[in-house]
Amino acid sequence: MSAAPTTTTPAPAKPQSHRLHDLVHAEKVPVPALAVLILITLVMLLVNPSFLSLGNLSTLAVQSAVPVVLAVGLTFVVLMGGIDLSLEGVMAASGMATAVLLLNDRNGFDLGLWAVAVAVAVGAALGALSGFSVAFLRVPSFIVTIGTWQIGLGIALLLFAGKPPRIQDAGFLRLAVNPVFGLPLLVWTAVAVVLIGAWIQHYSRFGRYVMVVGGGEDIARLSGIPVRRIRVYGFIVSGFCAGLAGALATARTGVGDVGIGTGQLFITIAGVVIGGTVLTGGRGGVLHSVVGVIVMVALANGMVLAGVSSFIQQAVLGAIVVAAAVTTMWRLRARLRVVK
Amino acid sequence: MTMTSTQTPAVFGLRNVSKSFPGVKALKEVTLEVREHEVVGLIGENGAGKSTLLKILSGVQRPDTGDVVLRDQPVSFGGVADAVREGVAMVYQEQSLLPNVTVAENVLLGNEGDAVRGGVYRWGALRERAQRYLDVVGTGLDAGATTESLPFAQRQMVEVAKALASGERTHHEPVILLDEPTSVLEHDEIEKLFEIVRELRQRASVVFVSHRMNEVLAVCDRVYVMRDGAVVAERNPKTVAEHELYELMVGEDRAEGFYHEEGQVDPQPQTRLEISELSGGHFHDVSLSVAKGEVVALMGVQESGREDLGRALFGALPLRSGTITLDGAPLRFGMPTQAVRDGIGYIPSERKIDGAVLGMSVNDNMTLAHPDQVSRGPFIDPVKERSTVRDWLDRLKVKTPSAATLMRTLSGGNQQKVVLAKWLLDPDLRLLVLDTPTRGLDIGAKADVYRLIRELAAKGLSVLLIADTLDEGIAMSHRVITMKDGRITGEFASHPGNRPDKTDVLARMV
Repeated sequence: MSAAPTTTTPAPAKPQSHRLHDLVHAEKVPVPALAVLILITLVMLLVNPSFLSLGNLSTLAVQSAVPVVLAVGLTFVVLMGGIDLSLEGVMAASGMATAVLLLNDRNGFDLGLWAVAVAVAVGAALGALSGFSVAFLRVPSFIVTIGTWQIGLGIALLLFAGKPPRIQDAGFLRLAVNPVFGLPLLVWTAVAVVLIGAWIQHYSRFGRYVMVVGGGEDIARLSGIPVRRIRVYGFIVSGFCAGLAGALATARTGVGDVGIGTGQLFITIAGVVIGGTVLTGGRGGVLHSVVGVIVMVALANGMVLAGVSSFIQQAVLGAIVVAAAVTTMWRLRARLRVVK
Repeated sequence: MTMTSTQTPAVFGLRNVSKSFPGVKALKEVTLEVREHEVVGLIGENGAGKSTLLKILSGVQRPDTGDVVLRDQPVSFGGVADAVREGVAMVYQEQSLLPNVTVAENVLLGNEGDAVRGGVYRWGALRERAQRYLDVVGTGLDAGATTESLPFAQRQMVEVAKALASGERTHHEPVILLDEPTSVLEHDEIEKLFEIVRELRQRASVVFVSHRMNEVLAVCDRVYVMRDGAVVAERNPKTVAEHELYELMVGEDRAEGFYHEEGQVDPQPQTRLEISELSGGHFHDVSLSVAKGEVVALMGVQESGREDLGRALFGALPLRSGTITLDGAPLRFGMPTQAVRDGIGYIPSERKIDGAVLGMSVNDNMTLAHPDQVSRGPFIDPVKERSTVRDWLDRLKVKTPSAATLMRTLSGGNQQKVVLAKWLLDPDLRLLVLDTPTRGLDIGAKADVYRLIRELAAKGLSVLLIADTLDEGIAMSHRVITMKDGRITGEFASHPGNRPDKTDVLARMV
């Protein structure tokens, strides 16, 4: 399809300040979350200047890659007012599938990159299961995805069979280590996922209808939009991303591990919320969630650099999440204020 | 106006349609038709069956018996999408726009056509196409704007543009259903809407539903009057007398004693509410007093500060300065819970948003603010609750199948009665702040609310009435206080037989 820009009339140029105002108010850019990120950076610079060193930035990027991929997928579910709690279980299943299908010390498989494709397909299938239950069987996503989580763990345990498969495919292991343009391929994969996710959200029918369903399911239905199908697609995207995240995380460890996703759910959901993707749906977006996740990773990383005792890091992180959530959602307070 | 004299062919309508819901026969053998290039008015009290009729026309519901007839063919709409595909589009009373997407997306929702190719949005084409419809209904509407950034009135215009867009999917002329399109509009905007409706007549058929008689008379070519689920009359608005339509709607002449003026009793001498130099929200230095058993009407245009004053008295809006005393005791509250404890009740204008929990039962809505009235110790006493709720339903003549019925299914008037009962449960209720309590109600329900206000005032309740219309404020009150730009501009005593002049009051408001 060739581009035919014959009929597009350029919008009248707006004054710069107006445009900036629009940008902030249209919530196209996660301004509050970016502000928090900058604040964290400044504080960390005071505490430990090595926070912004090239080495640490690279570490940050590698640490962010997996939760960022998760967050991109989760965003589509949250934008429709749902939640996907199965991320860790899906990661376990897909990670283990990757490990046993690549060249490993347990069996004779050597599927190469096809193993990753299978892993992603496992994730998408689990997502489809969640989505189908939510959209057609009318079960709340909260409870369905807890179930899918356990199913994922179950699949992982079956494949695990008591002995961790050790990956011997050198090409796959390089994914997480060998730098391309300064950063491992793992990071570039995450960047690609973010770009594709943002594109889908802004330019695809699915992405726009996700916003429509999140903004008002009744209205969407009255307009003849296939709400249920869109919901299922949302969970499939989330499962797809979780499947990919499981494979990527496995590339970092090199071993099939049932607990590969442990801790990711917290980082991802907190990141999505801090980024400004509202849990009731319709507001926020992929870029918001990504910035939110980076905030979370930067916080965890920063605490290590600041020498915060590892025993209290978790509690501090939790407290900061609450504080950050309050800060970033301050503007929404007025909107949600109901006088009865 | 030649269009009415030469009868154009019918394009859409109902033939002997009946529809029942559990306990209610909503429509009885309704037959009506909509002709080409015609604006058809539909009037009737709340509960007369207008909403059910619209739902059937727009494909939300199916008739039990009878047919929906489109261009002389019986059709069966499986859903709204089917109706839209046939060029029948509805503009909803409650706004049906998505706040979080662009105007263009809303206008063409589900109808993007070639602006989406292969699942990919072509934003330029989408905006351009939406802009064409927006330009028909009004100027200055930007297809690229986020919908929630527009004021309410403009959103209504977007709704019309949306209906227009969906109506033009067929090569036939569309039928556009307008459900209470003026309820959120200001005077100028209503005029603008009328222009649009007249303009629409050139290219579509329109069904216009409104509570406001003068609007129906102003804009329609033909009017159907509904009562108790049936069409009782068809009239030409050019020739019919307004009072005849009222009589047809209510079935009897209820205009006599509409405001129950004979029920007005002089207030008692004690001062109940005393406000002095109160500032906050959109009002400044407001001082006024309300006696025991007195009804004071607050009159003013939008942004006059009267709504804010009402909210502030209920503690729902923070105060900047000033004092409030209730029965001589100073109040220092900033929260509705405290106001409730002090015996103040508040009925907000947005009944469906702020006043009632639509997804809860009648019973639960009624006992919401004063659960202590139906409790024994810390627990709800089901026997006491049932008898109290039953008692109030009877006293206020609420029409509901049962106390367990969902609030959503009641008509507006009955909902408002339940909301009133919520406050009346409290035997220590001293002051009731009513923000346009009759807005959106049919005249029968209005009369009921007026009668209730009279009775309550006679028993010593003080009422601050933010009236919907001049007539209502003047007729219902002992005193009229006018506000403009947040300040009090005038005060008029008001007695039966000696009411202040409308123009005098209006002069202090604008």
